[in-house]
Order: sequence, then structure tokens, then C-alpha cells
Amino acid sequence: MEDLVRELAVDKHARYIVSVEKRKDDFESVVMEHLRMSGAYWGLTTLDILGKLDMVDPDEVISWVMSCQHESGGFAGNIGHDPHILYTLSAVQVLALFNKLDVLDIDKVSNYVAGLQNEDGSFSGDMWGEIDTRFSYIALNCLSLLHRLDKINVEKAVKYIVSCKNVDGGFGCTPGAESHAGQIFCCIAALAITGSLHHVDKDLLGWWLCERQVKSGGLNGRPEKLPDVCYSWWVLSSLIMIDRVHWIDKKKLIKFILDCQDKENGGISDRPDDAVDVFHTYFGVAGLSLLEFPGLKPIDPAYALPVDVVNRIFFGR
Amino acid sequence: MESDKEQMRIPISQRKDWSDMVPIPQDDGPNPVVPIAYKEDFAEVMDYFRAVYFADERSLRSLQLTSEAIPLNPGNYTIWHFRRLILESLNADLHEELDFVEQIAMSNSKNYQIWHHRRWLAEKLGPVAASKELEFTKKILSIDAKNYHAWSHRQWVLVALGGWEHELDYCQNLLEDDIFNNSAWNQRYFIITRSPFLGGIEAMRDSEVSYTVEAIIANPENESPWRYLRGLYKGDTQSLLSEPQVSSVCLKVLRAKCNHVFALNLLLDLLCHGFQANNEVKDAVEALWNSDFGLLDLDLAKSICSILEHVDPIRANYWAWRKSKLPVQAV
Ligand SMILES: [Zn+2]
Repeated sequence: MEDLVRELAVDKHARYIVSVEKRKDDFESVVMEHLRMSGAYWGLTTLDILGKLDMVDPDEVISWVMSCQHESGGFAGNIGHDPHILYTLSAVQVLALFNKLDVLDIDKVSNYVAGLQNEDGSFSGDMWGEIDTRFSYIALNCLSLLHRLDKINVEKAVKYIVSCKNVDGGFGCTPGAESHAGQIFCCIAALAITGSLHHVDKDLLGWWLCERQVKSGGLNGRPEKLPDVCYSWWVLSSLIMIDRVHWIDKKKLIKFILDCQDKENGGISDRPDDAVDVFHTYFGVAGLSLLEFPGLKPIDPAYALPVDVVNRIFFGR
Repeated sequence: MESDKEQMRIPISQRKDWSDMVPIPQDDGPNPVVPIAYKEDFAEVMDYFRAVYFADERSLRSLQLTSEAIPLNPGNYTIWHFRRLILESLNADLHEELDFVEQIAMSNSKNYQIWHHRRWLAEKLGPVAASKELEFTKKILSIDAKNYHAWSHRQWVLVALGGWEHELDYCQNLLEDDIFNNSAWNQRYFIITRSPFLGGIEAMRDSEVSYTVEAIIANPENESPWRYLRGLYKGDTQSLLSEPQVSSVCLKVLRAKCNHVFALNLLLDLLCHGFQANNEVKDAVEALWNSDFGLLDLDLAKSICSILEHVDPIRANYWAWRKSKLPVQAV
């Protein structure tokens, strides 16, 4: 590990995130408009893990976040857009990073999230009703961070997630849908947050997850798919939550993530030599944090926030 | 060359039917965290979109404006959301809308909003939409046979609107194209466990085992059929142990002496459940032993774990753990 420490371009990644704004003519930045709240979460969490959160002014961030809140209590991806559960969690996470959850009208936000639960226990993403186990995770994470899990039917929420479990031990987006590492992360984290991991066949799922590691050391999200840095997060965090992370070759995975860095201009891509983006930079750095890479703040695998932030919320320190 | 395309598009500000509307620029707040570099066309369309959106103008020109805005930014859920409100208010022809979505989906098939919109349409149209929806997902899957959204939509269509009749044949075709397609294997399991026409997993088991065994023999390194085979015996370990086709496919793959990780793994599971291996099986495992592995263990399951630790080093810890968990052999 020692020899690898210098391989992580910490300062360059931090500068890349802060300077995304300065790159013009960038298609990615155009299509990001409506999901800037998630962009803010990915970027700021990365900075915090790298120990560089002081590069941004908290007051500016917080006033912008609060200006994205809708009268319903939910948050939009940007000012003037419609609220969505995705951006509501991102907003809560960003405020948590800065220890500013107290600026929220907690009941208003949690009522918005709780209102998205359906009769069968599942959650919709917004008023239009798209259902997905991703939204179950987001709702449970968000309400747990706000100490308001009592506003929903947790038992039914868990039951719905369990109904999406497949014979290979994994989980899909709806009952019967193919197991996918991203959905598995959402379901396992939701079960972890609600203390329901006994519903998981840990050995079977652990085997499925460790089969995701391919020769290059990277992880894929489904059988026969290409490895991708973002799966470092989804597969790894799931393995950690079910206590099976030692089943993969960590050293090889670290090497794979480091190979995806743009060492000149900062940022991390999905695969070696591809173009970098904020999303994969976050998942790469967060993955390294889960792998206990020296010099990085540890991140909580279920809440997807630095461990010290989670401890502050639940243990008041 | 690029200017050709530019010339074809008349800026909205120069169109007669929009002269009464004042565009509203995006308010990025005091000092944005992840500021966006806007492109001109994109910015103009969005400025006018914000104007009709904030005025809640559910008109034909607003609908046309969303048709212009969506291809520029198909991930923007507010535009889709407003489009649904307009469609409802205008009582628009939803069959026409299906064509619009299809056009967008062809180049953005991994976008959540498109599938959500499609689902909303199909829900409104009801069972008459079933065949069209199956046809639509088929089109998308012909471009990317593992598209997660398309599969998810297809499963919803089958459950909510019907159309199961030819689903197994369709799945069969996809597997013939690519036997490694895990999504198609998953769909196959979905069909045999849920189709109202097939009589459930037990009625299908014999023919499915034969089909799966054949797929395994052709490509023993293919993870999907191995998992599918186990799935056929969900909650019925006794049948898994007693089915001769199961142990014999393991034996065949072991004897071929390549790509035998999954065969060893299934055999290991069988042994852990009390399967009694005959000499043929023992000999086949022994033949895979290499003197580098050390001394051959008398315990067959232990030997299998040792082989796996060596031939699958990236998961060596997993195989070591399996070894440590083996039931104590009664000698
Ligand atoms: Zn990715």
C-alpha cells in the first residue's frame, strides 16, 4: 500500500472538482443543469474525503441548496426545477457535510419523502409515480438522517425490498428484474439502515458480488459486462455491509481505480483512458476510501457520507 | 459544415408565434457550486421553456417547444413532466406520442425519464398497448440486448398488460444470438416462474434442465446457466441432489479439463449438501490436481477448494473461506 499512496493525485482531483465550472463548451456540463444538486453532492463529498472541503465557501453552497427547495418540502436538481426524491437526499447529504441540517424545516422535508411511499411499501421518485428500489433506499437514508423513520411504514418498505430479491442472492429494481450491482447496493444499504440484513443470504450474495471482479482487477455490475469505476462503490459497499469484502482482491482493485485517473488535469474516469467526470471521480475516491486507502477520510457504506458526518448525526459528536 | 445545421434552425426569438413571450434565463443563485457552461441554442430553448412553464401555458406551441427541448436534454425531468401536463390538458393523441418517444429513445435508451414517460403512456392506453410496447422494447433490445430499462419496462408490460404468449420463444431467440446474455437468462426465469401459460417452475423443470445443461456444455465458463440451473431447484435441494443430469454435467465439464471453476463450485455445493460422489467424479477431480497444489487431500470437498484457490486466485480468500466452512467429514 505504501508505494501506492503517492499514486493518488489528491490535489489535482480537488482542483478538478472546484474548476469544473471553468471548462466551457462542455456537453456534460450542459446536460448536468437539471441534476446539479447531485453534482454538488458528488463533488463536495469527494472534497471532504480528500480533506479539502475548505476549498469551498459553506455559506454560498447552503444558500444555493436552500434556494432549490420547493414549497412541497422536496428539493429540485436546480433552482426553478421540479422536486424529486433523488435531489432531496442529495440536498440533505450536502447540508449534513457542513453540519447544517438545522437550517431545514425537518418535518416539511420528511413529510415530502414520507408522502412518496406507496401502499405496497415501495417508493415513487416524484408525483408521477416511477417506482424503483433506488427510491426505497433514498427515502430510508434521507428519513434516517433526519431522525424521522417513524413517519413511514418501515416494515412494508422492507417487505417490498425483500420481494425484489432474486435466486442468485442479488436484487433488481422491481420484483423479478435482473440483479444489478447498483440496485443491490440500494437494497442492501436500505436493509442495513433499517436493521434488516437478516433477510439477505450473505454467502450467496457475497459470491455473486465477488464474481464481479474481472482479470484487470476492476468490478462489473452484471455478468459479462465491462468493469467500471462506479461499480467499485456499489459492489464494495455491499460487500462491506454483509462482511464479505475480503473475498475480492483489494490490491488489484486499487490498482484499477488508480489507472483510471487523469494524472495531468485531475478527475477519474469509468475505465482507463476514458474521459473523466465528477460522477466517476466521486465513485473512484469513495471506493478507495472503502478500501482504506491511506490519507482518505473513511466513508460510511450505507449512508454514503464520511463516517465522522454520520457519527455526528447519530451520536452527536 | 456545422453552420448548415445552424441555419436550418430559426431562433425562437425570431419566430412570429413567439413574439409575445419573454424568455426567462436560468437563475443559478449567488455563486453556483457546479456552474454549467451553457450552449447558445440550448440556452434559448430553455429560456422559452421556463417562460411557458412558469406561465403554465399548456398550448400546442408549448408542446412543440418541449419537442424541441427534449432532444437537447432528454434527462431533464421537468420538461417531461410539463409535457405530460400539456398532453393531458390538450387531450392529445397518445398513439402519436408513442412515436415521439420512440424517436427520442433510439438515441437515448438509457435515460430514466424516457422510460418513465413511456410507462405513463402505456398505462393510459391500457391492454391495447401491450403488443406495441413489446415491439418497442424488442427494437431497443435489438440494439442493446442488456438494456436494463427496456427489460424492466418489458416485464412491467407482461405483468400489467399481458402478452406472455410468445415470450419464451423471444427469449430463446435472444439466447441463440448470445448465450452469455444474463438479462435474457433472467427473463427466462421470469417467464417460467410467472407466465400464466406454462404451469410454473416444476412443470417446466425437466425441459429447462436439459436446455441449460446443453448451454453449459457448449460454454462452461458462462456464469448465467450455472446460476439458472440452481434457480430451477430453488427451495428444493433434495431434487438438485438426486437429478442425475446435474452431477453428470459437472463430470462432463471436469473431464474436458478447461473452464471448470463453475463445475467445481456446483460440485462443492452438492457435496456440502450430502451428495455422495462416485469414483468417476473423484477421478475427474484428481485428474485436475497439480503437484504445485501440495499433497492431494483425502477429503474430496477440501481438494476442490484447494484447486479453486489456485485456478481462481483473484477470489482465493473466498475459496479458502469455503474450505474453512466444510462440514467435518465422517470417516
Ligand atoms: Zn460508471
